[in-house]
Amino acid sequence: MLSFIVNKQRVNLDVDPSTPLLWVLRENLGLTGTKYGCGMAQCGACTVHLNGEAVRSCVAPVSRAAGKEVTTIEGLSPDLSHPLQRAWIAEDVPQCGYCQSGQLMSAAVLLREKPQPTDENIDEAMTGNICRCGTYPRIRKAIHRAAGMMTKGEAR
Amino acid sequence: MSAPRIERREFLKFSLAAGGGLLIGFSLPGADMFATAQAQSTTVFMPNAFLRIGTDDRVTVIVNHSEMGQGVYTALPMLLAEELDADWNKIGFESAPVDPKYNHPVFGMQITGGSSSVWSAFEQYRKAGAAARGMLIAAAAQQWNVNPATLRTDSGAVFDGTNRKLTYGQLAEAAAKLTPPAEVTLKDPKTFKLIGKPVKRLDTSEKINGKAVFGLDVKMPGMLTAVVARPPIFGATMKSFDDSRARTMPGVRKIAAVPSGVAVIADSFWQAKMAREALHVDWDDSAMRTFSTNQMMQQFREQAKSPGTNVRREGDPDAAFAQAAKKIEAVYEVPYLPHAMMEPLNCAVDLRADTCEIWTGTQFQTVDRANAAKIAGLPPERVQIHTTYLGGGFGRRANPQSDFVVEAVHVAKVAGAPVKVVWTREDDMQGGWYRPAFLHAIAGSIDSNGNPVSWRSRLVGQSIFAGTMFEAMMKGKEYDPASVEGVDDLPYAIPNLAVESHKADVKVPVQWWRSVGHSHTGFATECFIDELAVLAQKDPYQFRRALLPKHPRHLAVLDLAAQKAGWGKPLPKGRARGIAVHFAFESYNAQVAEVSVDDGKIRVHRIVSAVDCGRYVNPGIIAAQLEGGAIFGASAALFQEFTFENGRLQQTNFHTFPMMRMNECPEIETHIVENNEKSGGIGEPGVPCTAPAIANAVFAATGKRIRKLPIRMTEAV
Repeated sequence: MLSFIVNKQRVNLDVDPSTPLLWVLRENLGLTGTKYGCGMAQCGACTVHLNGEAVRSCVAPVSRAAGKEVTTIEGLSPDLSHPLQRAWIAEDVPQCGYCQSGQLMSAAVLLREKPQPTDENIDEAMTGNICRCGTYPRIRKAIHRAAGMMTKGEAR
Repeated sequence: MSAPRIERREFLKFSLAAGGGLLIGFSLPGADMFATAQAQSTTVFMPNAFLRIGTDDRVTVIVNHSEMGQGVYTALPMLLAEELDADWNKIGFESAPVDPKYNHPVFGMQITGGSSSVWSAFEQYRKAGAAARGMLIAAAAQQWNVNPATLRTDSGAVFDGTNRKLTYGQLAEAAAKLTPPAEVTLKDPKTFKLIGKPVKRLDTSEKINGKAVFGLDVKMPGMLTAVVARPPIFGATMKSFDDSRARTMPGVRKIAAVPSGVAVIADSFWQAKMAREALHVDWDDSAMRTFSTNQMMQQFREQAKSPGTNVRREGDPDAAFAQAAKKIEAVYEVPYLPHAMMEPLNCAVDLRADTCEIWTGTQFQTVDRANAAKIAGLPPERVQIHTTYLGGGFGRRANPQSDFVVEAVHVAKVAGAPVKVVWTREDDMQGGWYRPAFLHAIAGSIDSNGNPVSWRSRLVGQSIFAGTMFEAMMKGKEYDPASVEGVDDLPYAIPNLAVESHKADVKVPVQWWRSVGHSHTGFATECFIDELAVLAQKDPYQFRRALLPKHPRHLAVLDLAAQKAGWGKPLPKGRARGIAVHFAFESYNAQVAEVSVDDGKIRVHRIVSAVDCGRYVNPGIIAAQLEGGAIFGASAALFQEFTFENGRLQQTNFHTFPMMRMNECPEIETHIVENNEKSGGIGEPGVPCTAPAIANAVFAATGKRIRKLPIRMTEAV
């Protein structure tokens, strides 16, 4: 039996510990906001937070989450109030939307670590996340916008 | 996820009205928007197939095109809301079921493709909104006992001269009793409040909180998950398989042969995938065991030495070439390319004795339903397709054989339970249906004044229509129009011009890929015109201008892009600009790329893209499509190819098939030419110019010509 916290709720699961966290989130816990894109940590669509760090859940065995805290896109905010979500709406970022959960989860760690990121910081933090639709220019703008909101104390 | 978010009574009412009884256990696109409101809503007014109005004032627009990133769940509701005079804050959307009433008005089937959603819906959705508005006004006139001509509408309500007000929700019940008008009058475009404005997308919220349901997210009670072991080489057939170990693995329910390979069906994806790895399949791969793209391109080069089928001929280009003052010949090559949508293919099927319910992100509902019905052994009316969000499409999810849908129905037949077939990234990339590789040989010449006198294009590549239901589109033609589109209408004034096409007999499955033939003809023609400009010692922008006297719309985008990019103005040391212009899908696009080349490595710093797509609906979405188109085009120009050796595809995942990433992404600036021409497309027209603009900029920076994609400085000439 594996036990960990997902989006502030404790879960206890009887599951093969080598199963990637991604599939446990999606299939055992019904949290399908986290996406499968490549299965080899190349695209970032599956990015979640494990004890606050961005991890690629497609290659992280669920055993790695034992006793830890996982946050998925569903737990980023209860009501779209996270500055990044508000900035994503303001910049009309998503196209197909499939990669955006991972983009947001990567960006959330970046903003926590670097509340005023430079373009280079954004390159560094976001280069692991592929977007086939090509929303990169808007993601960049939205991250800067969210950083601006946080400085002005507009954060929740 | 498993709780229905659409109130079931509502949904059934609608779906029965739309012709197919169905039950779903999760929410389809748009349903989450009104998660709470919908529960109390009572739909009473559905004047036509395209909208419903509830007593709660909610207006739900039923969208007959698939949302794959291009914004149809916003643009089409805008068209309808405009004529309805709806309150935009009360607008929602829903994907249409498959039904002839949702057919594309020009293509005659339910399809999302050809960059045609907005122009094909332009009148259809406006008329649907106008008809509803007329009925709401009539209902108000009855209630107030006044002449309808004295009433006006605004923001979801009808007003009389004294500003008495009845909202559409209040009028819904009465309006539902009226007969829809036979004819409607549409607004004067000058009075548009929504159309032409950068309205925010309606689907953003559910795409940033994890609630949007893509095909891969579909879940039904008792559903199993399957992966299929498919041939490692195209054309291979299964001889036998050994599942003695695989079938004992945890969660495995069934392993069975299906026409496309061997299906491994399990309780969960990971269990199915693990079991597939333990499966041993013996394939007969003799058909293409020796196939290599290197050899194929060599063969294409040989083919291009002889005349092909005539596509277009003016004057005598061969004679003019022979006599010309200056001449060049160039051979351009582009590789096979996969669509590589971020969401790999998948399809969920619930097959019962007399019904077949399919949940998938498809661009091709009518064709999928017909193909699925054949496999299910049911009449098409008993097959329903529920279109989820598409995690990218780019043409792949409109497969003439419905490959991913048909296979899933086959798997459902052996599964004996609802089942979702999931493709891994590797399955998706190796599964075929690529943009065909092309070779395009051009011979051109100029006179002593530097004016072009001849151009002869010879293209060699596979037909995407041959062998499909669309072969009829080639009727009377010895060539595939999709192979030569974009060069068969070369706009430049050149007195002696020929376009010839050679068929390539190769068995790699090929298909339309964002911008189709334009994806390679744009590259070859816009690089070659640049080569002619340099041969003539003229500025590439001015050289093009002089050859477009009869093409004012080409000129307008070319001028706009050049002006906004600062064409001719000094750049930082090491940087250079390249330009390209192209017409595709009824729209005109020009791009200027700014690049530098350092130690063989190309950096694209900036792309300026100008479009003329006629009357437009949402400039915000147009900008997004141009940005995305340029990045899609730049990925292909700089990084991407699919190659085969010994029959085997050499690329499997994003480590061998790279995408442009954030750190490589240029600044992109977009501009729209304002006019009132007929609407053109926007999803694809922004792709073709990117590769030639970059390649021409590389030449300007280095003096080296790029004739092969992806660009490698070691292969530059």
